[in-house]
Amino acid sequence: MIGQILIDGITSGAMIGLGAIGLTLTCGLLRFANFAQGEFATWGAYFALLIAGALGGAAPLGPLTFGWPLLAALLISMGLTALLAWSLDAVLFRRLRRHGNAIVLVIASFGASLALRSAVEFLFGPEPYYYSRDIAMTLRLAPGMRATADQLVVLALALVLMLAMHLLLARTPLGRAMRAVSENPDLARLAGIDAARVVRATWLLGGALAAAAGVFLGVTVQVRPAMGFELLLPLFAAAILGGIGSVPGAMVGGLVIGIAEAAAVPLAGAQYRAAVAFVVMLAMLLVRPRGLFGGRAA
Amino acid sequence: MTGLLSYLCFFATVALSYGVATLGLNLQWGSAGLFNVGVAGFAGVGAYAAAWITAAPAAAHWGGFAAPIALGWLGAMLAAALVAAVIGAVTLRLRADYLAITTFGAAVTLQLLALDLTALTGGPFGIAFIPKPFEALADRPLAFGAANLALAAAVTAAAFLALERLTQSPWGRVLRALREDEAAAASLGKAPARFRLQAFVIGAALIGLSGAMQAQFFGFIAPDNYLPVFTFQVWVMLVVGGAGNNRGALLGAVAVWALWTLSGTALALLLPGFWQARGAALRVVAIGVVLAATLLARPRGLIGERATVSRHVAQAGG
Repeated sequence: MIGQILIDGITSGAMIGLGAIGLTLTCGLLRFANFAQGEFATWGAYFALLIAGALGGAAPLGPLTFGWPLLAALLISMGLTALLAWSLDAVLFRRLRRHGNAIVLVIASFGASLALRSAVEFLFGPEPYYYSRDIAMTLRLAPGMRATADQLVVLALALVLMLAMHLLLARTPLGRAMRAVSENPDLARLAGIDAARVVRATWLLGGALAAAAGVFLGVTVQVRPAMGFELLLPLFAAAILGGIGSVPGAMVGGLVIGIAEAAAVPLAGAQYRAAVAFVVMLAMLLVRPRGLFGGRAA
Repeated sequence: MTGLLSYLCFFATVALSYGVATLGLNLQWGSAGLFNVGVAGFAGVGAYAAAWITAAPAAAHWGGFAAPIALGWLGAMLAAALVAAVIGAVTLRLRADYLAITTFGAAVTLQLLALDLTALTGGPFGIAFIPKPFEALADRPLAFGAANLALAAAVTAAAFLALERLTQSPWGRVLRALREDEAAAASLGKAPARFRLQAFVIGAALIGLSGAMQAQFFGFIAPDNYLPVFTFQVWVMLVVGGAGNNRGALLGAVAVWALWTLSGTALALLLPGFWQARGAALRVVAIGVVLAATLLARPRGLIGERATVSRHVAQAGG
């Protein structure tokens, strides 16, 4: 029972963490809560659906339900969603930033999120899609602890992406610049850092990682227009839990929220999943608004 | 002709009920700068409260006290105010975008409760047979529509006049002062937390009233009415009309509701058969584009906030 909760929680928590990285970066860098972040996951999942469909069927890899076309689709979808996130900034947010009121940006992102989700619903309809009709093989990891091969591969891929993101931030000049702008935008600008470039990188990376989360969610659950919207509260909860602006915080926050949700399902029922993230987030905001990792204070 | 007229009456009635919610949001956001993204939650609380109080007893849901509609609307305002007092006491001290996230989360949670607590709310099927005002006139559509419109107009006018008085009173000035510069207002001895909570609660009561009006005019409610799209509609109404201006809030409500209704009709006419079922989704995209365009091109809305100074200063020619 406990083992099952852990494995389920960690898998969904890794996806939440991936999506929350972009949220915490834009929130820390641009000082606004982007309600459209969840829709990047939805669009990523549907991009992958289209591309994998176009690449055609290939034999599934080993015990998995999907083959190389979906892996290729994952990469292309991450690129396309990165462009989508960047263009949303170019068309909408960047211009509004010039007016200077951060709250207007939040309203705009709320509108953008509904528009993006409704566009998907218009194009694909409300019914769910699956990347594969195959039945996922269940492996027994330990007594009372089962996972599908899909779940484990997705978890591994998510951890690889997180590690890559961490190395990028910690070791590369771009990562240093991003951390500097997040810490103190004015000082960073004085030090000759190109803030526009940093903002662009933030949207591209955040969009790509959210797309990966969406594809992974599509592999393990299903592809639906509301998938990103339902991810939104967990994303915010993870970002706030880990401390706004902190990438490792978002990853750990995602895992905590994922496990909390999985633990709450046998207690409160699956229908209250979204409420669990909300309650954890509220408690965190009231008790320790800086987050576990001491990001920016609420 | 009678059909068109009674339809116009119904259209205006619904538009005015949205207007009441927009007025409430305008007090919270336009005057006090409180970023409430849980409008749908408060409207839902009001709608369910009114339904419980005024509907006839039914096995499918709780309540059913068959009380007069006026009592139902009063109860709706009280219920929404109570819920807002609890949510506000916990969240109003948070920074604006965190307030947005938490009110959003509260509305999502309330909607989940409405779906799941079947014994109270009737679950996903909602509550039907909510009595409509002036049901005695129901066999004469035009008189029925006109009477309902008059009722909606009277309630809206009362809310509008009350808010105009409130926002021009010293209390309203303190709200705006807190919005502009909290430290300065606090240094003059104004308690920010108390004023904010009052504005939040009064605004939520109006949003709850709007939910109750719609429940009564439609005669039916379900959890699906209180999704974030509702919040979005009211926000677009306020932004398009002009935040900080009660006239703007009402104008925005009527204009956006007209746009919403017309775009629905237009899409039904223009889209080929297969796509029609999905037309509702395209409508949300269109309204989203209107919001973005307004924010970019005319951030003050159709009629924005007027610069207000004390009338003594104005009389002195200052």
